[in-house]
Amino acid sequence: MSALLDTRGLHKSFGAVTAADNVSIVIHPNERVSLIGSNGAGKTTFANMVTGYLKPDAGTIEFLGQNITKLSPREVTKMGVARSFQIPQVFLQLTVLDNMLVALACSKGNLSATSASHRPETVDAADKLLERFVLLEYRDRTVVELPGGLRKLLDIAMALTGTPKLLLLDEPTSGVSIDEKFPMMDTVTAALEDERVSVLFVEHDMEIVQRYSKRAIAFYSGRVIADSSPDQVLADEQVQLYVTGRRK
Amino acid sequence: MIRTISLGIASIALLGLAAVWIPKWLLFPATMAASHGIVTLGIVLMMRSGVVSFGQGMVFATGAYCAALLAKHAGVDEALLLVPAGGLASALVALPFAPLLARYRAIFFAMLTLSLSMVLYGVLVKTETLGGSDGFNIARPKIFGLELSAEMANLGMFWLSLATVGLLSIMIRIYFDSSRGLVALAIRENELRVEYLGSSVHQNIGIDFVVSAFLAGIGGALTGVTLGHIEPNFSYWTTSGELVFAAILAGHHSVGAVYIASFVLELVRSFSALYFPNTWQLALGLFLLIVIRFLPLGIGSLWTGKNKRGQTQ
Repeated sequence: MSALLDTRGLHKSFGAVTAADNVSIVIHPNERVSLIGSNGAGKTTFANMVTGYLKPDAGTIEFLGQNITKLSPREVTKMGVARSFQIPQVFLQLTVLDNMLVALACSKGNLSATSASHRPETVDAADKLLERFVLLEYRDRTVVELPGGLRKLLDIAMALTGTPKLLLLDEPTSGVSIDEKFPMMDTVTAALEDERVSVLFVEHDMEIVQRYSKRAIAFYSGRVIADSSPDQVLADEQVQLYVTGRRK
Repeated sequence: MIRTISLGIASIALLGLAAVWIPKWLLFPATMAASHGIVTLGIVLMMRSGVVSFGQGMVFATGAYCAALLAKHAGVDEALLLVPAGGLASALVALPFAPLLARYRAIFFAMLTLSLSMVLYGVLVKTETLGGSDGFNIARPKIFGLELSAEMANLGMFWLSLATVGLLSIMIRIYFDSSRGLVALAIRENELRVEYLGSSVHQNIGIDFVVSAFLAGIGGALTGVTLGHIEPNFSYWTTSGELVFAAILAGHHSVGAVYIASFVLELVRSFSALYFPNTWQLALGLFLLIVIRFLPLGIGSLWTGKNKRGQTQ
């Protein structure tokens, strides 16, 4: 199977801190992959490099065989890589529907100065996505009024508007209460079911990792220390020592 | 869109008819309110994306000087040519600066635009062929080839301003309601996310800057033609400041509010200049303080239902 994403020898340092050290990861189409690691291990740096927010000091990133190492976030998005954020990057003062309409207009490259933003066909497309993410009942609410979990879902729904081939979710359940984590991931998983998209998510909750990913990649100090099925990765000695903290 | 166009044309027709019956002295401030209002609308256009130009005087003066120079040196005496020429000249002047300015935000954007306008002010003051510090007069132009008598001049200029500004305002309302207009509000809140959704923030702000320059050029040409005189003060920082004042007064939700704010400002300016000529800025300042205190999102928030900061944009 040809690689969707192929990163080779990525290096990134911030002064004396090495955030990525020879990171080489291959992601295939339709995979569900979790990235685990303690704080500062390099997971978000990896996501930021793949999405063009940070440029690696060395190494290359190929997406569908094309070198995207030096592309901007906007160019990477247009190639088919979308992301959601640890702190949801939504438009707080706009309604949920308007957030989706902005996302649809931007991601489809459909910025018209004359045709109305609330055209029936566009609103219909937004409503369909909102329904999949169980957000339809909040469509006319201003986002600032929504709780954190719903903002996370909206953030992910917005990322999906461009029908990406690779979706990076940066800690989709952080800031969400324990009771809401699984229902939220169930909602996301169900919404993504019919999408032909690979999902790469950064996660700290190992139950989420085991339940929702088929492959886990563990980071420590900017390096990949394990890359296999979640059960095998979580059983790995180094992972237990540096990530899950079960073994001393 | 049909509703916007119908409402806009009906408002233009109604105001055009009302001009026949209103007191004659009111025509001049109303014309000034329209020609300054279209410049303010350009500032509001940029405010929607979160940037405020403190140097709109530059493109305002460019439009006025272009119309005046065409009238004086090229013999163009048709207002319907002079006014769009002013708009185009301003858009052309703004075009090379747009990519640079689109990279800056907040106070840096404001100060850069202000500095550009002051550079132009300096050039205009020192250039004798452009009238130096006194500027120069423009002969009253024809409208649709018709020469206007002194009695009809005010009404004619009002109708011209109303029609020009009205039609452009309809277009801007359509723009505000479009997907590009909605994305402008998103840019105001979260540029990073807009980029991550695949749209260029720099490009959007750059386009808005050029469009707002076009509007300012139209306003400048209308002002110059109405006054029959242009001067470097059009580009001075206080002119830009007054336009920003009107934009804050109006808020960024309603196009109609821009003209109400502009008209109120003209009235405050006229009456203050009449009754306490040396302290009219004091009256203006107090008026702005009251508006900011009680209508932080501008006059437009009175009927758009968005009257608390942070409630909704």
